[in-house]
Amino acid sequence: MTNATIHMEGQLHAPAHGAVATGAVHAKGQQHPIKLYLVVWGWLFVLSTCSYLVDYFGLHGYLRWSLILLFMMLKAGLIVAVFMHMAWERLALAYAILLPPIAVLVFVSIMVLESEYTHLLRVLFFATPS
Amino acid sequence: MAETVLTNPGHSTARLEGWRGIAADWASDQRAFKNVSWGKAMMWIFLLSDTFIFSCFLLSYMTARMSTTVPWPNPSEVFALNIGGNHIPLILIAIMTFVLISSSGTMAMAVNFGYRRDRVRTAILMLVTAAFGATFVGMQAFEWTKLIMEGVRPWGNPWGAPQFGASFFMITGFHGTHVTIGVIFLIAIARKVLRGDFDVERRGFFTSRKGYYEIVEIMGLYWHFVDLVWVFIFAFFYLW
Repeated sequence: MTNATIHMEGQLHAPAHGAVATGAVHAKGQQHPIKLYLVVWGWLFVLSTCSYLVDYFGLHGYLRWSLILLFMMLKAGLIVAVFMHMAWERLALAYAILLPPIAVLVFVSIMVLESEYTHLLRVLFFATPS
Repeated sequence: MAETVLTNPGHSTARLEGWRGIAADWASDQRAFKNVSWGKAMMWIFLLSDTFIFSCFLLSYMTARMSTTVPWPNPSEVFALNIGGNHIPLILIAIMTFVLISSSGTMAMAVNFGYRRDRVRTAILMLVTAAFGATFVGMQAFEWTKLIMEGVRPWGNPWGAPQFGASFFMITGFHGTHVTIGVIFLIAIARKVLRGDFDVERRGFFTSRKGYYEIVEIMGLYWHFVDLVWVFIFAFFYLW
């Protein structure tokens, strides 16, 4: 129960583990150096600050939206990959969980078209002076 | 230890990797996610279903907002606060975001110390996480109170499109419920950790199978998910 437990699924492990892990007493399950979590935590703070600054400086248009989506995806990616350990899970599980939400994007695009159509009809027939 | 080996994500029993591994796993007549314990797989599947629920809320909000001809309130101003004579846009939500991210940081560390069987540190970190969560809910209560006082209702608000109130209470309310349940869940598991239930393999709610600190990780998955959802709410509801 000593060394065998260190070998988890493996691929992304080599850089993350390093010196901290080898010396520590090992139990079962997800074992990563605390430093990795602190680094991710720091990045989440930085990215959140960036998101907030996008609003604070009042950026507009495509620049605003690309930045907001970029910071959002980076934050979500860090949380899922490191905090939720998805980077080290079996691929079969990762794909089963990560692929279905992508189908939501199809739904999003359908509803964007639909709401623009509804908006058009409202402007044409029920427009309120604003 | 036979049972542990079967459900232990730490043991790699020469299974195929990559695409061949996926095909082998999904074609399996035993368990689809080899080396992933039931507890973890089931929590992930629950979270996937929750993802769809939150997606539907955010999608309906998007549809309402894009199709209305009535002006939508500016969230940057709605959630601004006056602190020390300065008018700071969206500051309340920014602070709430940092509080929740910090709770995710302490939770991740709690999972780590759990697997190291450091009971006291694990329990303390879980309780700190719960405290951050409770702070978040408290700030949300403040946010709700402020908006209700300003006249926001599920059917209207003083600044324009009535759907703003409906989406606001629905989305933040559902998320806040998740945080509240998470805080209760955290305190319950922290108590078990502190009492040493996982060391003596005591049977009980959520620990009936074996004394193994994986429940801390499973609970962590739930907690990180709540933070994850907030990332999207922050982007789509407050920054839009």
